[in-house]
Amino acid sequence: MSRIQAVFEKLKAQQRKALIPFITAGDPDPQLTVPLLHALVEAGADVLELGVPFSDPMADGPTIQRASERALKHGVSLRGVLDMVAEFRQQDATTPVVLMGYGNPIEAMGWEAFAQRAAAVGVDGVLTVDFPPEESHEAFGHLETHGLDPIFLLAPTTVDARIAEVAKLARGYVYYVSLKGVTGAGHLDLSAIEQKLPALRKHISLPIGVGFGIRDAETARRVADLADAVVIGSRIVQEIEQSPRERVVDNVKQFVAGVRAALDKK
Amino acid sequence: MYNYPDSGGHFGPYGGIYMAETLMPAVDELRRQYEHFRDDPEFKAEFAYELKHYVGRPSPIYHAKRLSEQFGGAQIYLKREDLNHTGAHKINNAIGQALLAKRMGKKRVIAETGAGMHGVATATVAARFGMECVVYMGAEDVQRQAPNVFRMKLLGATVVPVESGSRTLKDACNEAIRDWVTNVETTFYIFGTAAGPHPYPMLVRDFQCVIGNEAKVQMPELIGRQPDAVIACVGGGSNAIGIFHPYIDVEGVRLIGVEAGGHGIGSGQHAAPLTGNAKVGVLHGNKVYLMQDENGQIVETHSISAGLDYPGVGPEHCLLKDLHRAEYVAIDDDEAIAAFDALCRFEGIIPALESSHALAHALKIAPTMAKDKVLLVNLSGRGDKDMNTVARIKGITL
Repeated sequence: MSRIQAVFEKLKAQQRKALIPFITAGDPDPQLTVPLLHALVEAGADVLELGVPFSDPMADGPTIQRASERALKHGVSLRGVLDMVAEFRQQDATTPVVLMGYGNPIEAMGWEAFAQRAAAVGVDGVLTVDFPPEESHEAFGHLETHGLDPIFLLAPTTVDARIAEVAKLARGYVYYVSLKGVTGAGHLDLSAIEQKLPALRKHISLPIGVGFGIRDAETARRVADLADAVVIGSRIVQEIEQSPRERVVDNVKQFVAGVRAALDKK
Repeated sequence: MYNYPDSGGHFGPYGGIYMAETLMPAVDELRRQYEHFRDDPEFKAEFAYELKHYVGRPSPIYHAKRLSEQFGGAQIYLKREDLNHTGAHKINNAIGQALLAKRMGKKRVIAETGAGMHGVATATVAARFGMECVVYMGAEDVQRQAPNVFRMKLLGATVVPVESGSRTLKDACNEAIRDWVTNVETTFYIFGTAAGPHPYPMLVRDFQCVIGNEAKVQMPELIGRQPDAVIACVGGGSNAIGIFHPYIDVEGVRLIGVEAGGHGIGSGQHAAPLTGNAKVGVLHGNKVYLMQDENGQIVETHSISAGLDYPGVGPEHCLLKDLHRAEYVAIDDDEAIAAFDALCRFEGIIPALESSHALAHALKIAPTMAKDKVLLVNLSGRGDKDMNTVARIKGITL
């Protein structure tokens, strides 16, 4: 059983929802990434989404764009991110790590070389924002060979036939983008999510995470009532950006612990 | 038989649809609508009417005799896209896409622009068809192409300077895509070049093919045959593919794409992915030759010409390079400026700095060829917008 599957089965048995925080690797600097990952787990994260910085993050709002820029200023590369995961795994053998980013850094490394190394260092899933199912078959074959889960995004605009197509390829969990827009936008519509989820569940048996636009513990709890997992990115990255370096880890931990408490409240 | 792209938008190994999920249905809808309307007699008639009466087509072909004599060798002919309404070939595509937007019921259009010619063309058609218009432009380009920014504003468009990344065309593209993903249901993205996710490379090419289709009729009228070579500048490559494509199946006509050599290919500071042997990568919805570092991060490009200052290139040019059907070369900033000066002085025509690259290559090879050989240069735009840039290079304050 994969780490991702194990986590979701355990949570299901406990009648709890998964908390999936996102940070960009190398933000604010490469030395803080592994401590941040451990802090996220201590604060109650179930799965970790680790952003691979890219020079042209087209699907991201200003907050995550700036995180990418900070990381790239420190020369963080895809290989560097994989080394960070290897370091994280020395102390944490169970929490799933999903790499999230754009396809070109993987294209440049080569999908086979990437998949081999990613599996070796303990990556569990890979989400490439700009690789839809249409262009993914060959690339994701390499992921499958090495036991990595391809994580797919679904959007409010995704029609039924596409949901079915994604359902065939997706592994691990599916990430529903709760609004039309870039990451960090702030107009999440709970009733729209509620209306869309039955269409997703019709085709998808995997757990469904919801993200984009979740900025506080209360909203997270309400989303968790509808979905299997809550994904929080920009709000955490904002915490990193606005904290003095020596407070970054503690402030992030405190914020995520607050969300965890809200999710677990009966 | 040359027949690209395939149904998924692939030109051999290039092209495709590499987009975030939120935009996939929009791209698919655009493809279906275009496939429906491209052969619709009413759509074709309206497009032809606008090109004739609004743009002023067909654009003439002009024999640059004095210039040819001055440089010796092959005769240089110019396809005068600079005489189009708004001053460049960009209007051909903008009208085609605006007519699609109208049929799809979209009231808001957005565009990216580098030199500003596509932004002006989009602002123009938005005014012409009564649509709201927002143009994204790199902050550096806003400065170096100030006259075009003012033109867009006069036409009623909102111009948004983009401060992220290298503050040029690629960053304007990123920001336009972010707008589109946010406003996908109300907004039509009028993409400016023959690149991006399918169907844009095909659709933009088809709208720009009016250039080559006209030339194929005009050249035999002028000289009794087709030219020996067709030369066009390549940034994304829309003017080039527009004049090349109708000639692909014509034997004996060389097709030469001219990229921006910037400070020279050896310097690394250029915008010539094809000539500079860039690796293949994925950006802005398609797989193409792409200037990037060893980690797959897109590198900053350099060209004196904002319209060519882009790290990628359209997928069909990538294929034509691999097939050896077209040749790709680079012209440096200095060579482009020299050609710009030459056309001003010998023919009384002020070309765009983009088009000056194509002209510069013609001036380079013409002296090596016999006097009865003919080079057809696509003069894709006029140079009024470049006054500030050229003045600065010459150390003149306007």
